[in-house]
Amino acid sequence: MRVEGRVAATSRRARFRLREEWVTGYLTVFPTAAFFGIFIVFPVAYSLWLSTLNWDGMSPDPVNIGIRNYQRMLDQPLFWKSMAQTGIFIVGLVPVRMALALALAVLLNQKIRGLAFYRTLYFMPVVTSMVAVSIVWIWIFDPTWGVANWILELFHLPTSQWLSDPNTALPSLIVMTIWKTVGFDMTIYLAGLQGIPTSLYEAAAIDGANRWRQFRHITLPLLMPTSFFILVTAIIGAAQVFDQVFVMTQGGPLRSTYVIVYYLYEEGFRFFRMGYAAALAWVVFAVVMVLTLLQWKFLRRDETVA
Amino acid sequence: MAVVVDRAAHVQHRQAVAGRAVRRALIHAVILFGAVFMVVPFAWMVGASIKYPDEIFTYPPTWIPRSIRYENWVEAWNAVSWARYFFNSAVMAVSITAGHLVLCSLAAYGFARTRFPGRDALFMCFLATLMVPGQVLLIPQFIMMRWFGWVDTYWALILPSIGSAYGTFLLRQFFLTIPYELEDAARIDGCTRLQILYRIIVPLSVPAMTTLAVFSFMGAWNAFIWPLIVTTSEPMFTVQLGLSTFRGAYGNNDWGRMMAATCFITLPVIGAFLVGQRQFIEGITTTGMKG
Repeated sequence: MRVEGRVAATSRRARFRLREEWVTGYLTVFPTAAFFGIFIVFPVAYSLWLSTLNWDGMSPDPVNIGIRNYQRMLDQPLFWKSMAQTGIFIVGLVPVRMALALALAVLLNQKIRGLAFYRTLYFMPVVTSMVAVSIVWIWIFDPTWGVANWILELFHLPTSQWLSDPNTALPSLIVMTIWKTVGFDMTIYLAGLQGIPTSLYEAAAIDGANRWRQFRHITLPLLMPTSFFILVTAIIGAAQVFDQVFVMTQGGPLRSTYVIVYYLYEEGFRFFRMGYAAALAWVVFAVVMVLTLLQWKFLRRDETVA
Repeated sequence: MAVVVDRAAHVQHRQAVAGRAVRRALIHAVILFGAVFMVVPFAWMVGASIKYPDEIFTYPPTWIPRSIRYENWVEAWNAVSWARYFFNSAVMAVSITAGHLVLCSLAAYGFARTRFPGRDALFMCFLATLMVPGQVLLIPQFIMMRWFGWVDTYWALILPSIGSAYGTFLLRQFFLTIPYELEDAARIDGCTRLQILYRIIVPLSVPAMTTLAVFSFMGAWNAFIWPLIVTTSEPMFTVQLGLSTFRGAYGNNDWGRMMAATCFITLPVIGAFLVGQRQFIEGITTTGMKG
């Protein structure tokens, strides 16, 4: 009897605890959930609706034109040019940036003196604003007075017109962006490297594996998750490149640096084709999603093979 | 016989030592070369900011100015209302950082420390918002700002960024590692949930909170495209917008003053980074990876 009573009381208390826990859970999560609802979920849905409109963003009665914005996009040479140039930007930037970052991280991981000092130097461009460094690099890339050509001449290399030449403007932006971002990847690679147990390398050395084979068969495979993380974030970031284009080239010369977000900005906020710009955003969203999922799948398959 | 073996071993050892020294020197050389490449643009910026115009347009370029013209800084500072831009950026960055700390720590507590129906599904939804790229939100959020009448106000600069899925995730991962015994003990002592969060969990999570604060502040301080779109009048400009407009107004000839302005935008950030760099880089290495 007494025992039963105690059990009932505990379970009642437990139920109260449980319900109290639910309430706390919902209350603590609510503010952020509300934020996401208002400022992310709703805008995403709303922009899908916007992408079916022919609207300047001002007039009281926008016309619904269905999928015509998307159709129109396909006929626009500038859309394709922007997409292609964004693709070149990604392909030119991401592999170089990752390879450099990995090489630097491996070198820095050799227990050399001054690690913290070097790491700080390499990280400095990451913390400064893209607008500010863009302005500095305009002046560096100046074909007549800039340091870039001076350095090339120092090594007896041919000089360049950098941002003034349609053929080199986009590569110049890539060079500058590598400089700005390599320190970030390097720092993350360093963290990944420090997570690899040294006993693995010792065992490999006893088995007679040279440094290259150790790198190829221990370092690279064990850094796979790190590389994947960097690859995905780097591609998503590169697909959204805007600040440096806006400040350094305004899409020029001869639209050679039109990238997709710059195109979107011009359409939406200079020509006020809001519906069309929303449709553009959705296409970029879809492409980035597909890319991410493909990489994910690719990595998954790789893991099962290994 | 023994002597020969001994000498061979000795030579081998000496070669190994020499080889290691050469390798070390090579590594240092490569890293140093890269580091110089990293620093050169900043050196160039600071150098040009105190040069006379005739020295700026000199080839080959000079690294250390022959004569110093500090007036570049004064003139650049007086040319536009930088104090106002700094104030706006500070209001924006501090508010967003505070918002992230409060909202993310609350949500992270809920996800890490309580059980309720739908918790895991909701958490996945939170993470899914990370996949939405900024440009999809640009136009609808701008139109929403107009509905609310917030264009060209602090509300527009702050509110659309006041929450963070990344921050929630970061803090949740950290909160999970704190032992439950502490929480139970506090509850026996009569603490409410909110007291547990702010008296026990948060003080134990200072590293994660600091990391989040630094990232939020830096992100907000350096933000460009959103302030560009939602501010229309000069008194609402942030420093980044001010700098971009300054360049537009002073064009391609006034590099001395241009670089001076760039200096006072970047040097405080670099200074703050140098002071807190240990915390900062550890934050990245411990948190960036768990993603």
